[in-house]
Amino acid sequence: MTTLVAPIRQSFTLNRDSLAAGFFVLLGAIEIAVFGVFAHAGHATFQLSISGSGTQIPDIKVPAALVCYVVGGLSVVIGFWRGIAEPSPRLKRLAIGTVITFFLAALLCWADAGNQTAVNLISLVQQSFTASIPLVFGALAGCMCERSGVINIAIEGQLLVGAFTGAIIASAIGSLWIGLISSSIAAGLLGLLLAVFAITFLVDQIILGVVLNVLALGITGFLYDRLMVPNANLNAGNSFSAVKLPLLGNIPIIGPIFFDSTIFLYIAYILIIVIQIGLFSTRWGLRVRAVGEHPTAADTLGLRVLWIRYRNVVLGGMVAGIGGAFLTIGSVGFFNKDISSGFGFIALAAMIFGRWTPLGSVAAALLFGVADSLAIVLSSLNVPIPSNFLLMTPYLATIVAVVGLVGKVRAPAADGKPYVKA
Amino acid sequence: MSDQLTPAAPEAAKPDPADDGGKPRPRLTGKVIIEAILEGSPVVITILAVFMALVISALLIVFSDNNVLHAWGDFFSAPGAALALTWHSIATAYSALFEGAIFSPATIGAAFHGGSIAAIFYPLSLTAFEATPLILTGLSVAIAFRAGLFNIGASGQFVGGACVAAWIGFAVHLPVVIHIVACVLGALVGGAILGWVVGELKARTGAHEVIITIMLNYVMYNLLNFLLSSTNFLQQPGQSNQIAPPIQQNAIFPHVGGPPPQANVGFLVALAAVAGVAWLLSRSTIGFEFRTVGANPRAARSAGMSVERSWALVMLISGGLAGLAASTIIQGGGPPPPLNPNTYGTYGFDGITVALLGRARPVGVLLAGLLFGALQAGGTVMQAATNPQVPVDIVEVIQGLIVLFVAAPPLIRAIFRLRAARGTGMEAVAKGWNG
Repeated sequence: MTTLVAPIRQSFTLNRDSLAAGFFVLLGAIEIAVFGVFAHAGHATFQLSISGSGTQIPDIKVPAALVCYVVGGLSVVIGFWRGIAEPSPRLKRLAIGTVITFFLAALLCWADAGNQTAVNLISLVQQSFTASIPLVFGALAGCMCERSGVINIAIEGQLLVGAFTGAIIASAIGSLWIGLISSSIAAGLLGLLLAVFAITFLVDQIILGVVLNVLALGITGFLYDRLMVPNANLNAGNSFSAVKLPLLGNIPIIGPIFFDSTIFLYIAYILIIVIQIGLFSTRWGLRVRAVGEHPTAADTLGLRVLWIRYRNVVLGGMVAGIGGAFLTIGSVGFFNKDISSGFGFIALAAMIFGRWTPLGSVAAALLFGVADSLAIVLSSLNVPIPSNFLLMTPYLATIVAVVGLVGKVRAPAADGKPYVKA
Repeated sequence: MSDQLTPAAPEAAKPDPADDGGKPRPRLTGKVIIEAILEGSPVVITILAVFMALVISALLIVFSDNNVLHAWGDFFSAPGAALALTWHSIATAYSALFEGAIFSPATIGAAFHGGSIAAIFYPLSLTAFEATPLILTGLSVAIAFRAGLFNIGASGQFVGGACVAAWIGFAVHLPVVIHIVACVLGALVGGAILGWVVGELKARTGAHEVIITIMLNYVMYNLLNFLLSSTNFLQQPGQSNQIAPPIQQNAIFPHVGGPPPQANVGFLVALAAVAGVAWLLSRSTIGFEFRTVGANPRAARSAGMSVERSWALVMLISGGLAGLAASTIIQGGGPPPPLNPNTYGTYGFDGITVALLGRARPVGVLLAGLLFGALQAGGTVMQAATNPQVPVDIVEVIQGLIVLFVAAPPLIRAIFRLRAARGTGMEAVAKGWNG
């Protein structure tokens, strides 16, 4: 069995540790030689509170070039440390996080130096969260399916169906909550379709996912033109408003970021914890992973392989449906053709980038969300980096990850292989 | 589930038999035909799949029609009216679909009364026009499929080809025929480079081509957006929209009949590509290697073939074909308008459905491309001819359903009570991320 990254031609013999170290040093060098040297003279200003709400915190003014030099130097040091010492996996992750944060800090300092407008860090993080919510749900759905051994490329279609159902039911019945529940159910039904064809009819799951996406795009587009365009009241545009949690929401900085958002962010918190703990610390999770890694062994031990797969694929679909609902009744309110516009595929990338673990996927989804909101902020600061290049980085990062430059990315062993009882 | 009586497993496990292998074909007698129908041969399955897709789509059309639903509400007082309206709703839609795609009896009547004879063939010309890019992207996916690779990146490769073709089309000045050829070759190269990158990455690192191609699609969409937002690259000067300048008259494909969209030289390019791929797969050494690698990479390796070289090469060709598809759009003479962020449309993903319906055989792809092209051409006419409108999106639904049913022959057999047959191809390809 070849693995996802099994080197077939042994031409990449570079050591992963030295590569990571080199990458860190490179980022540090960019921070110093590009951002530091080319920063306009003056200060970069960061706002830490949203004007007109909650506790006001004075803005932070920092000398832009100096910050770039300092974080650049620190990054280089971390890079050398990473190359020499042999840190534990936890420290390695911490190092990656720190270096990326430093890079973002230097980037923002350089962008804002000498600029009249301040960068509002709170709204930047809020936007990143908002941008990553559909990705988080999609990636969690992917984890649910693929850990049990069924490839789910139809996340995109499930998001789309969820978005459509949420909008139309919420408008027709007038209850956002019923809209949310029905989008979860509708996407779960699409998951059931995936399960029937993948598990019972043994259709190739990648083909199946692509076809289901085409189908979802067609059906929602058809019904949009047929039902929503003639009857505007079926696409009324209602959406959940932000709910500020009592007490927690009033904490400066943390409150507006984590505890002042729509219900979807809170559902996401719960699902992330439940799925992470469920998959890795409960009997249910052990069984799911056993079925995804070695169905024959699991079957021998008396697990009902097909039933477990069915259940997980349907549940995964339901999770994706909530993410879909976010696209309509969680944000803009209105449904539009192809409103998911590739979120499902980015979610897939996040799941792979996060190595098929819920927490990893969420971290990756956040990173992709940051790239998205940075693109908006930087273009408002008239920075000479085309926003398209920022938007491209998640995809390039994923390619780099699967090609095997950054750590080993390996799918569950039986992922995508239908199980036929011998 | 009585496993002892009917051993179903060998059917799924049997590898796709390499076609055109020297066994003599049975003569087409009546008995053979009946046998094929009862057993659900691939052709029969495909026809039944198309039928099922049309039936389900008809249901979708009916149950989203307010008038029909109201009539059904009064079913017990006026059952005839409900049935008549239902029939009317389906019949109007599908006859408009047919008239838009194949031919319309009205044009024949008009021709007798001094109307234009060309109008009779206009629907067919439109079908050929719509089918052209689908055939090419379908071939792109199909040839990779034969070598065991799943190219979801036809969309990105299409963008690569489109950028090069558009740039050569508006920025370079060349004489008539040479300019056309230059654009076509440019598109071929643009797509081929992207395809080759995928193949080479897979060959060198073993990374799954599906993941790389999905990601490259989005990289290319963003790159296209970037190139179209600067007049230094592809944006038309003086435009605030993201759109490239129209390409020069010299680079536009000659076409038949009245103003485009009409069948043009691009269709000949597509036919040539079908012939070329058919020859490559069944007559050349490289094609034999592709098929062997696709059927069993380990056997291919022990036979001394370079699996990695085949992967890189087949993706190069696959990408080139997707690039060619772009050239037929860019040089089609419009509509659609010059290169813009929506030009790639759904051609890449439609190519997957075309390749699957055509069972990854060149001639199959040609037929599937024509069918989907006809649906596309007819769908536009249908949307205009029906009231309340039947949106053209129904075509996407029909395509998806057809492929879904084709991919699951056991389902079709169960619905139509057909006997289980020997392996019919599609079931064999299931494989996971781990290769």
